[in-house]
Amino acid sequence: MPLILTDDQLMIRDSAEGFFKDEAPVAQHRSLRDTANPDGFSRDVWAKMAEMGFAGVLVPESHGGADMGHVAAGIIMEAMGKNLSAAPMLSTAVLGATAIKHGTPEQQAKYLPLIAQGAHLLALAADEAARHKPNHVATTATPSGNGFRLNGVKGFVVDGGVADTLIVAARTSGEVGDTAGITLFLVDPNAEGVTREARAMVDSRGAARVTLNDVQVDGADVLGEVGGGHAILEKVLDAGRACLAAEMLGVSGTSFAMTVDYLKQREQFGQKIGSFQALQHRAAHLFCEIELARSATLKALQALDEGSDRAPMYVSLAKAKAGDVAILASNEGVQMHGGIGMTDEYDIGFFMKRARAAQETFGDSAFHSDRIARTFGY
Amino acid sequence: MADLETFRAETRAWLEANCPPEMREPIRDDDDVCWGGRNVKFKNDAQRVWLERMGAKGWTVPEWPAEYGGGGLSRAEAKVLAEEMRRIKARSPLSSFGIWMLGPALLKYGNEAQKKEHLPKIARGEIRWCQGYSEPGAGSDLASLRTSAEDKGDHYLVNGSKVWTSYADKADWIFCLVRTDPAAPKHLGISFLLFDMASPGVSTSPIKLISGSSPFCQTFFDNVQVPKENLMGTAGKGWEIAKYLLTHERDMIGGSDSTGGGQRDSVSNIAKRQIGLDAAILADTALRTDIARHEIDAMAFGLTMERVLAETKSGQGTGALSSMLKYYGTELNKQRMELLMSIRGSDGLTWEGPEPRDGDLARSWLRSRANSIEGGTSEVQLNIIAKRVLDLPGA
Ligand SMILES: Cc1cc2nc3c(=O)[nH]c(=O)nc-3n(C[C@H](O)[C@H](O)[C@H](O)COP(=O)(O)OP(=O)(O)OC[C@H]3O[C@@H](n4cnc5c(N)ncnc54)[C@H](O)[C@@H]3O)c2cc1C
Ligand SMILES: Cc1cc2nc3c(=O)[nH]c(=O)nc-3n(C[C@H](O)[C@H](O)[C@H](O)COP(=O)(O)OP(=O)(O)OC[C@H]3O[C@@H](n4cnc5c(N)ncnc54)[C@H](O)[C@@H]3O)c2cc1C
Repeated sequence: MPLILTDDQLMIRDSAEGFFKDEAPVAQHRSLRDTANPDGFSRDVWAKMAEMGFAGVLVPESHGGADMGHVAAGIIMEAMGKNLSAAPMLSTAVLGATAIKHGTPEQQAKYLPLIAQGAHLLALAADEAARHKPNHVATTATPSGNGFRLNGVKGFVVDGGVADTLIVAARTSGEVGDTAGITLFLVDPNAEGVTREARAMVDSRGAARVTLNDVQVDGADVLGEVGGGHAILEKVLDAGRACLAAEMLGVSGTSFAMTVDYLKQREQFGQKIGSFQALQHRAAHLFCEIELARSATLKALQALDEGSDRAPMYVSLAKAKAGDVAILASNEGVQMHGGIGMTDEYDIGFFMKRARAAQETFGDSAFHSDRIARTFGY
Repeated sequence: MADLETFRAETRAWLEANCPPEMREPIRDDDDVCWGGRNVKFKNDAQRVWLERMGAKGWTVPEWPAEYGGGGLSRAEAKVLAEEMRRIKARSPLSSFGIWMLGPALLKYGNEAQKKEHLPKIARGEIRWCQGYSEPGAGSDLASLRTSAEDKGDHYLVNGSKVWTSYADKADWIFCLVRTDPAAPKHLGISFLLFDMASPGVSTSPIKLISGSSPFCQTFFDNVQVPKENLMGTAGKGWEIAKYLLTHERDMIGGSDSTGGGQRDSVSNIAKRQIGLDAAILADTALRTDIARHEIDAMAFGLTMERVLAETKSGQGTGALSSMLKYYGTELNKQRMELLMSIRGSDGLTWEGPEPRDGDLARSWLRSRANSIEGGTSEVQLNIIAKRVLDLPGA
């Protein structure tokens, strides 16, 4: 597959960019924060995203989805990154849909159409360690009745506060750190024994700390095989990581565009600051870095669509590169804006906050460099 | 598609029958690389035969038109040929500034007589070219060059000197930037001349590099008479040609085997062999991190070259990318060589030793420093991106 967007994908890009610019621009992100919106996103925008087919981007047509694939999902996420649009796209449309596609026909029939309609929100409750480590699962699931009883704490569940269903990774056997013995469960957050404490994050997005205290789940709510959750979890995470890379590419894109604009406007020493070579070279270098992040991200999304064996490696490449570049782009953005870049009134700081949060989610560049090194056997 | 598969089968059979076994061995020494030319000294018969056979088919320059000695292949066919050559690890039959730099410019700016005269000889490796751009006073600021060419009716009289002229002492002809109009603004008085290095008044003096070899020279012109028909393009319009040629040179330096791409062994594979593993990870964990970061950038760069090509082909191009590839590719290659030196530790410091390949790494490491200087420095590439892509003021 050539490493470019197809005509269809170019059309999706145009419509996604237009949509988020109009419906969920940075100003909306600011007002969600200032009004301390309890959801952290606009339900109205999410409903429109469902109408556009975005919520069902990874849902098969047989379940009412648009089934446009990972490249399209990434295009949507990049447009969201450009505008800092908040919506449960990652948690529900990417992570949720990917997880449910590994479920039974009944589970798929129940959840996938609702996901595509934007009528049901999911959240992945996997990580327990503060630094991402998917096999570090201490939450236990012990047989009980016709199902299991769950106990444990998930410290950082993105969109955990708004989710209608939690996808919980718990241990049915083995030791903390083992990949075998992890099982995924679909858990009703309103079930007895579940508590959710909202955590407002630095990027003003919603996350929750979820505590499971003797939560009874039915056998029918096991997602995939008992003890075989790790393989599904990796696929779910990889879809999420690639889409986060795409979102970070969008974050880099706007940070860079704002900065280059500012260099052309601000005058000091009687000239545009963009005429100083010290800044020109940093901007030119950043341009190259963003181009590299774009190539890596597109490759990862294509590899996921192709079902390639190398997809996990390409996903780590994209997440590592796009993450580092987003940190660089947003930091250079603040720096080259001088004092005004430090003000809350100006938008550039929002991009730096989002870059940091997205970098930390599902493995930062150190995590993914390590994963790549292991893939290549060193 | 069916045609392409036929072409592949025929190509495979031809290569199988015509590529000598010695030419499928990895390149070990400088004289394994064939540069052709009047005074060519083939290392062995296989090298000569390989060049003659490929030259006769025009496959030294697969995409040039057949009427000028090229292979007349489409882009897709040329790709198949490259793949088939890689499959049997065939060496390139000919390395040549004529192919990489002058040829594309001749095809675009040369007149019919010039194309007919020079292109076939480049394709067959009969004439070896050198590049007369830089001068002692004109490096990054190339357009300030001062070598003069005075119009004497039927010929130009060339005086001045060039510097850093790679292989000037071995080349047969030079493509040379000269000033034909000293009164014109600096970019408008430049012309592009082609002439024989055997012309009376041309002399060269080799300069030794930090890597110990002397591949480049200072080149002197003392009343050299160059026939008028050797002017390429229009007098005073040489700067346009010079820049066009530079983009080809940059793509070559930024993306060639010697830097970014190619079939070279990865840094991590080399590290594994030299350092070994401890509990399945490289036994030097700090170096492992540096290597992984480098390989991430190297892979992302490789994918970027792939994407840029695909975009250009489909008309989605982004422009000024040859500066990006030149800048990033050469900096990456320098980083790669630093890592290889670290991996080898004190062994990499050997300059002369009992083994035949002793000193190779140190020399390649030193040679690679030039990547970000030759063909326009990294800083100059960043200036170009700032100006042409980002449209920054006063850049
Ligand atoms: C938290 C905070 C507290 C502060 N407190 C005080 C205070 O108490 N009192 C006070 O007087 N000021 C204060 N300042 C202001 C501070 O000193 C200025 O922000 C700083 O001098 C930069 O000026 P500027 O913001 O106008 O940026 P600009 O001068 O517009 O710079 C914008 C960008 O251009 C770059 N740039 C500018 N000129 C050149 C050049 N010639 N070459 C290369 N690059 C160049 C800068 O490095 C920067 O990256 C404070 C700032 C902050 C952020
Ligand atoms: C191995 C090798 C082979 C070569 N082969 C050839 C050849 O075959 N033919 C040929 O014509 N030339 C050749 N060159 C010359 C090469 O093109 C020049 O060295 C190069 O263009 C730089 O010019 P300079 O050496 O005069 O450096 P200078 O231009 O003097 O640069 C010195 C430093 O200043 C920086 N600098 C200069 N201007 C600016 C600016 N505006 N902004 C920021 N920084 C700037 C440069 O980046 C560099 O770091 C070769 C060079 C090498 C090293």
